[in-house]
Amino acid sequence: MTLISIDGVSRRFGEVTALDSVSLDIRQGEFFALLGPSGCGKTTLLRILAGFEQPDIGSVRLDGADLLAIPAHRRPVNLMFQSYALFPHMSVEKNVAYGLERERLPRAEIRERVAAVLETVGLAAQARRRPHELSGGQRQRVALARAVVKRPRLLLLDEPLSALDKKVRSEMQLELKRLQHEVGITFVVVTHDQEEAMSLADRIAVLNGGRVEQVDTPVDLYERPRTPFVAGFIGASNLFTGRATGKGLDVDGLGVLPAPAGPVEGGTAMLAVRPERIRLGPVTDGRGALRGRVVDVSFYGGVSHVALSVAGHDRTVLAATQGRARVEAGAEVALSWDADDGALVPLTP
Amino acid sequence: MTARQPVRVLGKASGRLATMGPGFGFLTVFLLVPLALVLSYTVFRRGRFGGVVHEPTGENFARLADPLYLEVVAGSVKLAAITTLLALLLGYPTAYLIARLPARWKVIALVAVVLPFWTNFLIRTYAWIVLLNSEGPVNSGLKALGLGPVELLYTDGAIVAGLLYAYLPLMILPLYSAVERLDPELREASANLGARPARTFWSVTLPLSLPGVLTGCVFVFVFVPSLGNFVIPELLGGGRRIMVGNLIRDQFLKARDWPFGSVLALAVVAVLVLLLFAQAWAARRAGRGA
Repeated sequence: MTLISIDGVSRRFGEVTALDSVSLDIRQGEFFALLGPSGCGKTTLLRILAGFEQPDIGSVRLDGADLLAIPAHRRPVNLMFQSYALFPHMSVEKNVAYGLERERLPRAEIRERVAAVLETVGLAAQARRRPHELSGGQRQRVALARAVVKRPRLLLLDEPLSALDKKVRSEMQLELKRLQHEVGITFVVVTHDQEEAMSLADRIAVLNGGRVEQVDTPVDLYERPRTPFVAGFIGASNLFTGRATGKGLDVDGLGVLPAPAGPVEGGTAMLAVRPERIRLGPVTDGRGALRGRVVDVSFYGGVSHVALSVAGHDRTVLAATQGRARVEAGAEVALSWDADDGALVPLTP
Repeated sequence: MTARQPVRVLGKASGRLATMGPGFGFLTVFLLVPLALVLSYTVFRRGRFGGVVHEPTGENFARLADPLYLEVVAGSVKLAAITTLLALLLGYPTAYLIARLPARWKVIALVAVVLPFWTNFLIRTYAWIVLLNSEGPVNSGLKALGLGPVELLYTDGAIVAGLLYAYLPLMILPLYSAVERLDPELREASANLGARPARTFWSVTLPLSLPGVLTGCVFVFVFVPSLGNFVIPELLGGGRRIMVGNLIRDQFLKARDWPFGSVLALAVVAVLVLLLFAQAWAARRAGRGA
């Protein structure tokens, strides 16, 4: 069921087009991510959903009702700010109670709900502290509690993990998913960090230059990018540009590379091959798609990255292997991959 | 490495002394020494033609309790309090609006606030006499509306108007800096949590700008009776109302009672210091949260 329906939303700031006729549907109960580089318009879209910004044209509906007609303070939408924006002059419990007090709920109920949500985020013991007496991770959990306690239809999270260090980050990531499961609220997370989006979201919308590039599940986004931008933005990819033929992608200077059969036969296309899909083998006559020389090998524990230079290709090709690499710098190797392991993206001329 | 450390520290200290020295010296000679002199006058008898006779006495302080002078002090405090309150009521919305202007307009507005300081203070006060006298533009306007003429000049109202005019920037500037510093996201967070704009102001903006409110109030409240403007009460009040500033001036220049003038001045300084301490304490308390 669709909860939020964004239709043809555009917003310009002077000469800059922040959003260019964006249309999106966000389903009830899903964990949705708006992903894109800085300046892609994701923050503007978030601010439109929260009511801090109005689009120039387009409509936003929540449960079929016009959301844009409702002032920010009356929307069933709560936002966890990137800076947390906790009220510095109020204790943790006052911060969390603030939104409920605005609803004029009975005091006993407010006290009960605040206590319950602080229990959920594990801050019951810190209820009387002021925000400046908390750690970054604790402050974030207060911000989360303050937003969740209102039981909004939609919870917006602005770069929720970016300010946390690595360890707290993975804890928070689990906590967010658990919480989303428990409360059943629709979450929309805005982030420039693809790992954050991939690990949290059920579906991701990739934004670029104010336009939606692709909306898909993390796996499909990774394996089936549909635009050149997505192919380049999500994960590390080896990108080749050439002409699609029935047998593969014909690249100048490299020959025909294995590529899936696409709807773009005859046209120019971009082939994206993930590093972990590339197999390295000994150079034997005519085997493999490409020949390359190992430039560098880096070991990351679970995986190794092998950087290769390929004659006729001006960018380094990256291959990833499980465990330690069996090649050394300077070695000549053959590169191969299956046609179906690549993703073919049409290029508009 | 460790052997060199003391030399560097010493170098740093002498560097600090070199930069602080001149200002510090100036303050010592021209602030602390006169203050010490004033302090010493308080315990001596008055000389016949000004100055002091070096005979210790406590009666200067005793005179402070005289109802005549207490009344002057009470009157000054009343006018100062009214002026401060009005300055706050007028200054807060002004400062709030300036803080939310686009950057370019902010500068223009702030310059406009301090612009009067660039004109001579006396001339500006005389301008008020012209404005308020029975034939002045204000009364002409009131007459045209059938409301006047009203006696405006030489009233407490005229004094308050003049004081307000003179010290309003002292209220606006600290308020502006307090409001300007507030994170706009706090207002957004408040709205996001369901607060109307008025509620956001009372629960978020105002409490967080309290240090600025205190600074502004202390500035205005302290400067009015102390620095004391004896010019405004005299010119706009017609000398009918005596404020502490006038009293101190009169003790030194007319009554030639330096010891009692010193006691009065010292009392004002004491109040000032107390208020500034209270303000610093409150600002620190509020600052810990911010």
